[in-house]
Amino acid sequence: MTLTASTLDVATLKADFPILSRTVRHGRRLVYLDSGATSQKPRQVLDAERDFYEQHNAAVHRGAHQLAEEATDLYESARDRIAGFVGAHAPELVFTKNATESINLVAYAFSNTTAKADHGATLTPAQERFRLGPGDDVVVTEMEHHSNLVPWQELCAKTGATLRWLGLTDDGRLDLSDLDEVITERTKVVAVVHQSNILGTINPLPRIAERAGQVSALFVLDACQSVPHQPFDVWTTGADIVAWSGHKMLGPTGIGCLWGRPDVLDAMPPFITGGSMIEVVRLEGSTYAPPPTRFEAGVPMTAQAVGLGAAVDYLNVIGMDRVAAHEHYLTGLALDGLSSLPGVRVIGPEDNVDRGGAISFVVDGVHPHDVGQVLDDQGVAVRTGHHCAWPVVRRYGIPATTRATFYLYNDEADIEALVDAVAYAQRFFKVT
Amino acid sequence: MYQEIILDHYKRPNGRGLREPFDVEVHHVNPSCGDEITLRVRLAHHEAGTRVEDISYDGQGCSISQASASVMHDLLVGRSVTEGLEVLDDFTTLMQGRGTVEPDEDVLGDAVAFSGVAKYPARVKCALLSWMAWKDAVSQSVSQGGLSHHD
Repeated sequence: MTLTASTLDVATLKADFPILSRTVRHGRRLVYLDSGATSQKPRQVLDAERDFYEQHNAAVHRGAHQLAEEATDLYESARDRIAGFVGAHAPELVFTKNATESINLVAYAFSNTTAKADHGATLTPAQERFRLGPGDDVVVTEMEHHSNLVPWQELCAKTGATLRWLGLTDDGRLDLSDLDEVITERTKVVAVVHQSNILGTINPLPRIAERAGQVSALFVLDACQSVPHQPFDVWTTGADIVAWSGHKMLGPTGIGCLWGRPDVLDAMPPFITGGSMIEVVRLEGSTYAPPPTRFEAGVPMTAQAVGLGAAVDYLNVIGMDRVAAHEHYLTGLALDGLSSLPGVRVIGPEDNVDRGGAISFVVDGVHPHDVGQVLDDQGVAVRTGHHCAWPVVRRYGIPATTRATFYLYNDEADIEALVDAVAYAQRFFKVT
Repeated sequence: MYQEIILDHYKRPNGRGLREPFDVEVHHVNPSCGDEITLRVRLAHHEAGTRVEDISYDGQGCSISQASASVMHDLLVGRSVTEGLEVLDDFTTLMQGRGTVEPDEDVLGDAVAFSGVAKYPARVKCALLSWMAWKDAVSQSVSQGGLSHHD
């Protein structure tokens, strides 16, 4: 396999990330291969957040003074740029705490609508689609992160709807052979991950979107591992709702995103209520603002939104197509390197096709924890366990995996360090 | 952290396998990683106190969790439950001590080999998994009044 070398000047990029010049354990160079859990932050993002607090901090949408104006401008400008990053417009973008909260927001739109309707509320035709009951199906997949699985389980338990799922093939792909039997006229929601955090698999969205559209099911997309790593346009996914997190894309923790088609958002009741999201408030009852404000109660994570805006600016300068190409290159190197070690098995797609930069693997005779421990001692930071995707490891008959994830600040030396450390772990535990 | 003793117990775990008769069986899991253990205790009730006759177990997990189960079997079988709970307390203190606690080899025997684990908070639960399972089994047995089971 020929691998085109990356055009990314990683050495220069790395200098933007203060934490990457750290040493760990016994003075080891930090090889950070856990961006799938959370990404590191460039100075530009840290500076933007700090600058906001030092120069412009005030409560947005509330004040009549200059600081409040500046804060509001910075906040809404961030929303604009973040929306633009995914091909959307600002009114379609809701800020949440993280992707988990975004998905819960959607699940609660269903349960809140259902609860109100069950107590006599009249629904518009657009709102009716959010009413669930016995006989309705919610479809997920066996590949889902717990955050795109458990909220739907809860929703079914609360409304009487039935949870169904698409399974996995032996080589780590979605089994779509029974797509038309699993997604039917009873299906009200289809919730699918774009890029698997554990397997790296990139799922064929057009086919799933088409089927969901045929039965008018709401198509919810978990894009946590795709928005940060590839060019992304919400309108080409076929999804009605897209959720992702800021902290996985060089942004601060504490901010996530939810994009929705305007007609869909418009029909959704609020999740968290209180100040800011209201229209008129009386003691007897209140009305709510239009989206996105309807879904943003309380004083928002303003500084974090500004930080995420800076992350988007940073990524735009590099170009997401170059980020994706770089990761594809590193993934190819890593797949080659790991498969050259006898007794090391990749869980998930072994070929570098329709596959992102998350590689899970098992080492014969060495438990993933122990692999992770030895790697940690060598300065290589990976994740071990079920990666919030317990059904996946169960499907492949293993207790856990070791997982390496790549981002724009990783290079060939990092991949080499990974492979060398795994080989060392095998020698340490005397399995080679 | 990986002392030879630990690797020895991992490669040749003592007491492994589920045996009968037993009084109580428990199943414990570490939700963050999937390590799991099924553990059975057999107790003998004497006037002087209750004795641990056997601890049998099966499960899957990292070297730390599996070796710890083996060491626990060696340390606790043949002792009184009261003594066993004291050893468990000492071991827990060692594990939660962040590497500041000096272990007593007279009390803990091979378990002192786990003192390095205390410096790695993410692995403390691995080391304690089987011990917590044993504690749970024993307390269930006490409340059940010591009935014997056969599969």
